[in-house]
Amino acid sequence: MKGTKYWTWHMAAGLVLLFLLGLHMLIMHTGGFARWFAPHGDAADSPVNSLFRDSKLFFTVTYVLMLVAALYHGFYGLRTMLLELTLKPVTEKTITVVLLIVGLGLCGLGTWAALTAHAIALAGARG
Amino acid sequence: MGEARRFENRLGLGGWLGGGRWGVERYAYILHRITGLGILLYFVLHIVVTSLRAKGIYLWAENGPLHNTLSKAGEFLVFAAFAYHASNGIRLILVELGFAVGKPIDPVYPYQSSLNVQRPLLIAMMILALIFLAAGGYTALAK
Repeated sequence: MKGTKYWTWHMAAGLVLLFLLGLHMLIMHTGGFARWFAPHGDAADSPVNSLFRDSKLFFTVTYVLMLVAALYHGFYGLRTMLLELTLKPVTEKTITVVLLIVGLGLCGLGTWAALTAHAIALAGARG
Repeated sequence: MGEARRFENRLGLGGWLGGGRWGVERYAYILHRITGLGILLYFVLHIVVTSLRAKGIYLWAENGPLHNTLSKAGEFLVFAAFAYHASNGIRLILVELGFAVGKPIDPVYPYQSSLNVQRPLLIAMMILALIFLAAGGYTALAK
């Protein structure tokens, strides 16, 4: 039953990503259509536009949500592919633990960066 | 509670890379996995690179080492992979939940495959992926 539960979370994370990553892609790759999220200059990924989005709490929260959902969806998907190879139980356990540690590490790094960038952007906006 | 019975995957990697005579959905599944792996690899690098902005380092900004044609082309590939993976993912979730697969029928000869029932959904989702791709491609070319 655990497998079913984790698989359901995998699908749910995919749905969350559909909206959040969809929004992210819309802003970054179709900047001309979403100018209101990148009001400074041409490139949506320019530092000044990145700082603009980092100053908005909405983006900081969605970055962290997207990070958690994408890491779970991605690493669980990778684990599923690897476990389909019917490896030895000890190898399967090792894969699970390694992916969990790497995932949590990246989650920590990304969350720290999102929160720090938010604080920097707010401090910059206040002058 | 009894343990789930394990079956040996004799084909290994070739088992999920080879579509054989299975329908187009099988090839969609293979591409779904390949694009998923590509997106995951990019995502891990993306987390590390974008986290550097907390230290004021913008590697992708003008004059940065990642501001080049190769990186832009790579980003478009990731966008294309996302467009496909997301569109096909919507189809997979719908099918998993029992939508668009038709009602169960008795196995009477000549047998009907449920794949024929869900084929229009695959076509619709691929059109959706192409629309995303065209929008992203237009912007990439306009830059």
